[in-house]
Amino acid sequence: MAEANQLQPILMGRNLVKRYGRVTALDHSDFDLYPGEVLAVIGDNGAGKSSLIKALTGAAPPDIGEVYLDGKLTHFKNPMDGRSAGIETVYQNLAVSPSLNIADNLFLGRELKKAGFLGKWFHMLDHKEMQRIARDKLSELGLLTIQTINQPVETLSGGQRQAVAVARAAAFGSKVVIMDEPTAALGVKESRRVLDLIKDVRDRGMPVVLISHNMPHVWEVSDRIHVHRLGKRHAVIKPDTHTMSEGVAIMTGAMDPNDHPAGAFAQPKGA
Amino acid sequence: MATDDFEAVAAKAGGTVASFEVEKLSLGERLQRFLHNYPTAAPIFVLLLAILAFYLIVGEKFLAPFNLSLVLQQVTIIGIIGVAQTLVVLTAGIDLSVGAVMVLCSVVMGRTAIEMGLPSGMAIMLGFVVGALCGAINGFLITRLRLPPFITTLGTWSIFFAINLWYSQSETIRSQDIAEQASLLQFMGISFEIWGARFTLGTITLILLFIGMWYALNHTPWGRHVYATGDDPQAAQLAGIDTNKVLLSVYIVAGVICALAAWTLIGRVGSVSPQAGQTANLDSITAVVIGGTSLFGGRGAIFGTLIGALVVGIFQNGLALAGVDVLWQQFAIGLLIILAVATDQWIRRV
Repeated sequence: MAEANQLQPILMGRNLVKRYGRVTALDHSDFDLYPGEVLAVIGDNGAGKSSLIKALTGAAPPDIGEVYLDGKLTHFKNPMDGRSAGIETVYQNLAVSPSLNIADNLFLGRELKKAGFLGKWFHMLDHKEMQRIARDKLSELGLLTIQTINQPVETLSGGQRQAVAVARAAAFGSKVVIMDEPTAALGVKESRRVLDLIKDVRDRGMPVVLISHNMPHVWEVSDRIHVHRLGKRHAVIKPDTHTMSEGVAIMTGAMDPNDHPAGAFAQPKGA
Repeated sequence: MATDDFEAVAAKAGGTVASFEVEKLSLGERLQRFLHNYPTAAPIFVLLLAILAFYLIVGEKFLAPFNLSLVLQQVTIIGIIGVAQTLVVLTAGIDLSVGAVMVLCSVVMGRTAIEMGLPSGMAIMLGFVVGALCGAINGFLITRLRLPPFITTLGTWSIFFAINLWYSQSETIRSQDIAEQASLLQFMGISFEIWGARFTLGTITLILLFIGMWYALNHTPWGRHVYATGDDPQAAQLAGIDTNKVLLSVYIVAGVICALAAWTLIGRVGSVSPQAGQTANLDSITAVVIGGTSLFGGRGAIFGTLIGALVVGIFQNGLALAGVDVLWQQFAIGLLIILAVATDQWIRRV
C-alpha cells in the first residue's frame, strides 16, 4: 500500500503502545490522517479510542511508538506541546470556562497582550483585539454574534458552547483539529449545526479527526473511518463502500474486514 | 447507504439553534442575569440601603464626613485582608490562616526592628518575606500534597499562630518604643484631613491595593487564569493553564498582602501585639461573601469585597451610634451573610 500512496499523512502514529498497570490500552496501533479529510475513529467502549487520541496529542504520551506530524517525529510530553505544534482538540467535556465570556474563552491560555510598554511591563490584555478576532472567527463559521461576545459562556445552550469550543479549535489549530464526541451531549438540531461546522472546517482545508459513537453522523461527515478494536487499528473503511451495519460488524468483531470486497484498509482520496 | 432521514423531520421545526440570539426573559430572570453579569450590584444596593436607613435612624451625625471617614479607617485592615481572601476564594479555596499570617508578620517586623535593632526598612522587608513564605507553604501543601485548602489553612493557622506566640514570647511591643526607635513601622498610621474627613496612609494603601488587584484580575492573563482555575480547573488545564502554578501564585500573593496588612495594623494600633487581629479570618470571609464573590470559585469582583467590608463597617458604626447593643450587630451581619450566599446560589442557576 505504501507505493500507491503519494500523499504524506499530516498526522501519523506508528506502533503505538500504552499500558496502564496491567491493562494494555494501545496494542501496537497505527494511525494515519491525510490532508483535507475528515477521519472518523469508531470503536466499542474500551477499544482504546481515547488512549489513541491522547497518544497523538501528547495528553498521555505512548510508552512505545512514534507520532509524526507533517512527516517529522514529535516528542509531545503534554497537551500544550501538541497544541503549540498545531493540533487543537475539542474535548467531550467541552473545556470551556463557564463564567468567562466567549472572547475570554477563545483566548484562554493564549491571551493577547497590548503592544508596547503596557503589554510588556504591565501584562495588559488587549481586550479589543481579542473581541474583534473572536467576532471574526465566529462569523466566519456562521455563528453570528455582535453584542453577545461579552456574554458568559454558561448563559449559552449546549450547542452554542460546543460551537464556541469548535470555533476555538478552528481558529487556532494550524494543522489538525481533533473532536472527541462533539455531538454526544447535544440535541438533534444542535448536532446538525456542529456537523455543518465540521464540514466547514474541513472545506477550509483543515483535516479533522472525529471520534464518535453516532454512526449516522460518522457516515455523513467522514471521508474515511478508522475502526479501532482491542487496542489497535482493525480496519479503515469508507462510508461509500461500507454500510453502517458492516461498520458496526467490523467494529464488534462480528465480521472480518478482509472478507469485504473493498478490503480492510481504505486509501485516502488522491492516493 | 440506507439512512433513515430522521433529521429532516427536526429541520422542519425551523429556528437556528447555535446562533446567539437573545430570548425573551421574565422580570425575575432579567434581574438574575443582571446580577450575574454585575455581581457587585447587589452589595452596592445593600450599602446604599444601609446608609439611607442609618441616616434616617441616627440622623445628620451619621453622614458627617468625619464619621464616614472613621468607618473607612475601621475597615482598612479587613479590606486589605479581604483582597487576599477574595483572591483565594476566586480559585474556589479559602484561607483561614490570613489572620495568623498578619499577626506573625507584624511581630516579625516589630521584634526585628526593636529587639534586634535592624533598620526599620529591613524589618518591614523581612515581614514581607515571612508573609510570602507562609503563603508559599499553604500553596505548596495545597498544590503538591493535594490537601483541601480549608483543612490546610486551618492547620497552618494554628501553626503560624503558635510560632507567633513563641517568637513574640507573648509580649507586646509598646507603641512608644516603636515611635522612638522605628517610626517607619507606624508609617501607615500617618493621617491627614480633607474637609473634615480624616484619612490615613493605610486607607490610601487600601484604595491603591484594590485598584491594583482590579487591574491584575481583569486586565492581565494571570487574572483570567485565576478566574478560570476557580471556575473549572479541568477546563482550565485543557486550555493549557498550569493551574497548580496559578494556585501557588495566588497563595503567595495572599501572604504578601497579609504582610501589607500587618504593616498597616502597626500603623493603626501603634503597638505590636501577638494577640491582635483574632477576628480577621472570619471578618475577611464575611466581607468577601457579602461582596458577592462566590465561595464556589470563579465568580465575583474585587470591588465587591470593598463594598462588603464597608457594609459591615456601616452596620457596626450605625448600630453603635443608634445605641443598639453589640449583639444585634452580630445578628445583623449573620443575616447579611446568609442573604448573600442565598443570592449567590440563585444567581449561579442562570
